[in-house]
Amino acid sequence: MLQYYQPQKDFGTPARVSDQLVTLTIDGVTLSVPEGTSVMRAAAEAGIKVPRLCATDQLEAFGSCRMCLVEIEGRKGYPASCTTPVAEGMVVRTQTEPVAKLRRNVMELYISDHPLDCLTCAANGDCELQDTAGEVGLRTVRYGFEGANHLDQPQDTSNPYFTFDPSKCIVCSRCVRACEDIQGTFALTIEGRGFDSKVSAGQATDNFMSSECVSCGACVAACPTATLTENSIIALGTPEHSVVTTCAYCGVGCSFRADMRGNTVVRMTPNKEGRANEGHACVKGRFAFGYATHKDRITTPMIRESIDQPWREVSWDEALTYAAGRLKSIQAKYGRNSVGAISSSRCTNEEVWLVQKMVRAAFGNNNVDTCARVCHSPTGYGLKTTLGESAGTQEFASVAHADVVVVIGANPTDGHPVFASRLKQRLRQGARLIVVDPRRIDLVKTPHIQADYHLPVRPGTNVALINALAHVIVTEGLVDEEFVAARCEHDAFQAWRDFIADPRHSPEATAEITGVDPEQVRGAARLYAQGPNSAIYYGLGVTEHSQGSTAVMGIANLAMATGNVGREGVGVNPLRGQNNVQGSCDMGSFPHELPGYRHISDEATRSQFDAAWNVTLDSEPGLRIPNMFDAALDGHFKGLYCQGEDIVQSDPNTQHVQAAMRSLECLIVQDIFLNETAKYAHVFLPGSSFLEKNGTFTNAERRISRVRKVMPPLGGMEDWQVTMALSEKLGYPMHYSHPSEIMDEIARLTPTFHGVSYEKLEELGSIQWPCNDDAELGTPTMHVDEFVRGKGHFVVTEYVPTEERASRRFPLLLTTGRILTQYNVGAQTRRTANSAWHPEDVLEVHPHDAEEYGIRDGDWVGVQSRAGDTVLRAKISTRMTPGVVYTTFHHPFSGANVVTTENSDWATNCPEYKVTAVRIERVTSPSSWQQRQREFAEQQAALLAAARSS
Amino acid sequence: MSGTSLQNNIRMANQIARNFEFEQDEEKAVAAIATHIQRFWAPLMREKIFAYLREDGSGLAPRARQALERLMENEPA
Ligand code: SF4
Ligand code: SF4
Ligand code: SF4
Ligand code: FES
Repeated sequence: MLQYYQPQKDFGTPARVSDQLVTLTIDGVTLSVPEGTSVMRAAAEAGIKVPRLCATDQLEAFGSCRMCLVEIEGRKGYPASCTTPVAEGMVVRTQTEPVAKLRRNVMELYISDHPLDCLTCAANGDCELQDTAGEVGLRTVRYGFEGANHLDQPQDTSNPYFTFDPSKCIVCSRCVRACEDIQGTFALTIEGRGFDSKVSAGQATDNFMSSECVSCGACVAACPTATLTENSIIALGTPEHSVVTTCAYCGVGCSFRADMRGNTVVRMTPNKEGRANEGHACVKGRFAFGYATHKDRITTPMIRESIDQPWREVSWDEALTYAAGRLKSIQAKYGRNSVGAISSSRCTNEEVWLVQKMVRAAFGNNNVDTCARVCHSPTGYGLKTTLGESAGTQEFASVAHADVVVVIGANPTDGHPVFASRLKQRLRQGARLIVVDPRRIDLVKTPHIQADYHLPVRPGTNVALINALAHVIVTEGLVDEEFVAARCEHDAFQAWRDFIADPRHSPEATAEITGVDPEQVRGAARLYAQGPNSAIYYGLGVTEHSQGSTAVMGIANLAMATGNVGREGVGVNPLRGQNNVQGSCDMGSFPHELPGYRHISDEATRSQFDAAWNVTLDSEPGLRIPNMFDAALDGHFKGLYCQGEDIVQSDPNTQHVQAAMRSLECLIVQDIFLNETAKYAHVFLPGSSFLEKNGTFTNAERRISRVRKVMPPLGGMEDWQVTMALSEKLGYPMHYSHPSEIMDEIARLTPTFHGVSYEKLEELGSIQWPCNDDAELGTPTMHVDEFVRGKGHFVVTEYVPTEERASRRFPLLLTTGRILTQYNVGAQTRRTANSAWHPEDVLEVHPHDAEEYGIRDGDWVGVQSRAGDTVLRAKISTRMTPGVVYTTFHHPFSGANVVTTENSDWATNCPEYKVTAVRIERVTSPSSWQQRQREFAEQQAALLAAARSS
Repeated sequence: MSGTSLQNNIRMANQIARNFEFEQDEEKAVAAIATHIQRFWAPLMREKIFAYLREDGSGLAPRARQALERLMENEPA
């Protein structure tokens, strides 16, 4: 919704939840508020703002600035309203002569040590100190600037996104508390005492960049002065309007206000009303939005006959006619099934809906897949089979009710930072933590948090470990018999119980496989079963394995067996990688499923779509992404429409993917940049960033949130319009004038979305599906009284070792992951200042392995698997267990995926990114693949330059 | 480099079969493997592996082979 810029409403202190209401009178207004509410907040709810500096509703009150003094009948002195809780019958006066005078005096002291450069200050007009000076009626400052002051302290500009100007600091410590209480990083302290006290990042010699700071921006948001200010505000000025939208990076799906000047984003402010993030954000969503206007953006459609020819810039009409013509002639020559499409979880629900619709209706086949294939397809399969719905069971806020949290194969502080902050809040309150990961991730030990158990499982053996945990639960009498009897299928449970009770699944028997100390496994299993509220959070370290689906089912088994499903504080929670993984799966982007996870062979479902779309759908499943590559190399698959996904960089076994791309007769890439895949394309259709279009994203908690257009699409068309235009050229016109109409169709055809509409999203802010007649406002917690499938279904989860094993030739295991500041293939974050933190992918090697292979920190290391080889810089790190090396895949030339293999999950073909047998050695030059890649990239850059100069 | 698509399909079929190896009821296992392939493999992939089964099939694990034979019988030629 467009609104003139207004700072977000601040009630001064956090809301309290209580059934007990307390009635009081403030300045003659009588009102009732929950017990525990502060006088300041009660006043704000009555529409009265008490002046304040150190208080904000994002933080617990601190009571240091003495600005919020009030009078309370029957109490001596002038209590601080932020720290004084309401009491029954209390009579408060916020504006009396004595308090006004006291406040003015305090303000005068602050201002006497504050530069009076308001007119040229970046925060002019958006500064709480300035506002408060106005509120208290400060007119003179008697003390002058001659005495000791802080006015000439140097600025800290080390962080690329914000500036710290200590001369403006009033030492309210909001920043310090934000870093501790909201973000949980503890990077800031107040050093010194009294007049000498000052805010400091890290040690005395540190600046923001060299400190522990992770650049989340919580301190910047909390600062009431211009001491901590976004550089974009310094450069561009304060906003004049703002638009609520949703982050386009990770699956947390934080809500933001895009603060604008005209069509220019001057700042992204985390939205306090956003249910996923409640006012918090991370360095990606908050700061790394500059890619949207980067000079590398391609905004004119381009075509070429073959990939060794220069690109030719053409009109939209010519590009689309050309693309459709080529697809049609391929189908005429090689058959209906010779073309397909891949959509991306970075796209909106409406966009991916249209892509699958076009494939099924206009291509006339089911060859559509999405990048969730390579991340969370096992989640879909595993949770559907066991619980009945392909989605996580909770909302993020649920973690505040968890007593025991298990994190398996996920690294939330890097991958899902805002959820990690919530989790850390709960852990600091005393919840217990079990981490299952081959790597000692940050969460294992971080300020004021220490995992009770870290089970460093050997890559590829998750199922054996999950079985061992289940074995302890079953054999030590820890099963929640009542829950299982009432809620789960009896026979399947019995079969599972018999299976899992077999001593071969005991922690002792499986230790050889998993490498984990059996006593630790027993302890962890007991802790999980003891709860009372135990929640499992997992990520790609579970799914991206040859038994990814089995592991997901094993996790669901654990939750059902201990009765940890169907209420707050528990559940099975997949942490989705990209912003719209959940949504793209919901929208029928898999080749075997229509929207809402209904199999394509199901006639009743198909007939609804046949009728709505006026076609006869093919009843057979289409090709999945890896199958498309295989079929391309076989000569059966010749045309691909790829929307928003960079398969050449992100999919495993790069050389195989590259060969498949080369074999295509028509590759159409729709993207905002000429990505690695586009280098093999014949048609390039300019995409639009999340700032340039309307739509919705669905985050990991099934929360549907609006994406709103804040600037016109640079290429002239929003992505959904492009797909629609292509479909029309293919002879299947679609008629939508706005994405809301696409959502209306989604709602009509998908039972779990029946109640969703843009109007309702406008009204509620966001909606967690299912949202229909049974749950009009959506469903925060699933499976409450019964499972979606009726009774919960236990699945026998036999451990089957992966074929990818360390051997004499390839003695180490490579596993891959992500880091905080970069995102996926890095196409966006590499084009922002985030690269200051992660300029290149490195290979983490344990000191023992480093010694064995003669590798020192910073050496170039060749990494070779049976699929290929690459060269990365070594980083010696004790985070790894010996025998396991680790890297990320954010940079195209590091070629992490040249090394990963075509192995995949047995049920879904999700690649086994997390286990590749490799050998390493010190080298002095890039690998031959990297050299070829550089040449190819240079050649393609020249072919692009030709188009731009012509 | 990876193997040909046929090799990949054989490997995938065997991998599915391995994940049902635990099932003592042979009939149940074969049915589960067959259903899985039926539900998730595009016809192109099925045809390819059927052709291989007709010619040779020696690279297939016994249960994968049985499942595919069953599917092949039911497949409209
Ligand atoms: S940006 Fe975040 S991590 Fe860094 S000091 Fe501020 S609150 Fe702490
Ligand atoms: S930097 Fe800002 S938030 Fe921190 S103490 Fe100074 S004025 Fe307060
Ligand atoms: S946590 Fe995820 S959704 Fe939130 S701001 Fe960061 S990247 Fe965006
Ligand atoms: S706002 Fe209450 S003491 Fe600062």
